[in-house]
Amino acid sequence: MYIYIAKRLLHAIFVVLGVLTLVFFSLHITPGDPINMLVPAEAGAGASEELIAQLRARHGLDQPIGVQYFRYIQNAVQLDLGNSIRSGRPVLQDLIRLYPATFELTVASLLIATLLGTAAGIIAALNRSGVVDNLVMAFALLGVSLPGFLLGLLLMLVFALQLGWLPPSGRVGGFSWEAIRHLILPAATLGVAAAAIIARLVRASMLEVLKEDYVRTARSKGLPERPVILRHALKNALIPIVTVIGLEFGVLLSGAIIAETIFAWPGLGRYLINGITGKDFPAVQGATVAIAITFVLVNLIVDLIYTALDPRVKYS
Amino acid sequence: MRVVMKLVKRNPLSVPAALVVVLLFVSAIFAPQLATHQPNRQDFVRVLQPPSAENYLGTDELGRDIYSRVVYGARISVTVGILAVALGGLVGVGAGLLAGFFGGLTDTVIMRIVDVLLAFPGILLAILIATALGAGLVPIIIAVALYSVPTFARVMRGSVLSVRNTEYVEAARAAGARNVRVLFAHVFRNSFGPVLVYATLLMGSAILTAAALSFLGVGIAPPTSEWGAMISAARNHMRMAPHIIIGPGGAIFLTVLAFNILGDTLRDALDPRK
Repeated sequence: MYIYIAKRLLHAIFVVLGVLTLVFFSLHITPGDPINMLVPAEAGAGASEELIAQLRARHGLDQPIGVQYFRYIQNAVQLDLGNSIRSGRPVLQDLIRLYPATFELTVASLLIATLLGTAAGIIAALNRSGVVDNLVMAFALLGVSLPGFLLGLLLMLVFALQLGWLPPSGRVGGFSWEAIRHLILPAATLGVAAAAIIARLVRASMLEVLKEDYVRTARSKGLPERPVILRHALKNALIPIVTVIGLEFGVLLSGAIIAETIFAWPGLGRYLINGITGKDFPAVQGATVAIAITFVLVNLIVDLIYTALDPRVKYS
Repeated sequence: MRVVMKLVKRNPLSVPAALVVVLLFVSAIFAPQLATHQPNRQDFVRVLQPPSAENYLGTDELGRDIYSRVVYGARISVTVGILAVALGGLVGVGAGLLAGFFGGLTDTVIMRIVDVLLAFPGILLAILIATALGAGLVPIIIAVALYSVPTFARVMRGSVLSVRNTEYVEAARAAGARNVRVLFAHVFRNSFGPVLVYATLLMGSAILTAAALSFLGVGIAPPTSEWGAMISAARNHMRMAPHIIIGPGGAIFLTVLAFNILGDTLRDALDPRK
């Protein structure tokens, strides 16, 4: 067990290093000089040679690429991600400030997706090929195919702009009714597609499990249907779903980029997009790395939970 | 023909789905003939007009005909979809083939790279690459292609591993076939089915990813008719004229839905358990 955990940890560290490397090189070996990203757009045309040279030296861009890379990795390991060009603050400080908003949004949408998806999947599986099953599966297909940015705008149009039930944008921190009201639309935008995927999977997994011998045994020994479904079938059907929920967390995390942009939700995603439009190179780098590392960590945790849930894994 | 009938019987929705895909390709090829207006011609007298006989889907904030722009938008979507999936497939299939066939160090190196690519959830990697390469059609194609590489590599590798030790591959080796011949004539040909299914499924998500990139402002720049960019521009005016979202939104939705249905049907058909 410990060897397995150590192996997974080592793998996660390797992947994080790979992420840092890929982000560095994709933003450095690109057409155009990175200094153009560092000189603010309006000053770009008129920036003097000295200013450019100064900026180049300050950001270490006058060094060979290899030296820059090692310095970048060295700094990143010490959690120094440079300063944002727009805000002037250390990127890490910005990330820490914005992280809770993205985390809150992702967790809320994951909650919606898991509850809705699991319930719909179970109901569909229990009514196999019936009207309810077909209806649930039709909704799941629509949910998977409806782009997040389109769903977000439609929800905003109907529930915020036309009906006026919910606020169209922004975030109120903390735990209040107002905070929840602000959270509903962005979380629903993100959660629907994930719910659809989870519903399909729960249904398939339940159908597999319901065929198993132990379910037949439970039924034949006279157990009522409820405990058969909840205690015998569902418990086993949920094991593969834990992995998918972990993967979906990543999809939601990246989907948050779109939801945050639509609903002006002050999180990492909006920071990333603002960084791109404002050519704030360290911000783009920092936000990308933060999102990817979160995803790697969540996968690691999910793997460990999976091992705990299914003891067969740790011996293989 | 019998195979097609079997597929249709299995999932009747695949007929309308196939029709939507045909319509998409027809729109892309015959856009100049099908469009009723020049897609970029502005008419400030007729901005945000509702649908009418003159403008089937109404006009946008610059008075451009939305229907014509949606028709031309199919060109971008089809181009990005096909080229990105082809490029991603080429790289991914190649990588998966090498990893699965040679195993050992080759496998380790290739799959670790795939692991790193997979550490970027969803659209994040495509955003990063599109940002680095700058706006335009080629950067989008590369960004979306890279996004599909890990899926192809994993599917191909898995499928090669299951074929590698079969008797016919052993027989080919015993008959003196070299690696290259075994790889292409036997292993590749017999693991191609699953790859095809993923290519179909990925066409939908490639088109969606490209639209999302344009929506976020890192993809195709205005005034080119691109569905994601059209929706992005529409959001500032949707309160006054909700119809401007319906054209491009409906086009993306139907396209992705159609590819998803076709992919599901193919996957069911190729699944030996069913």
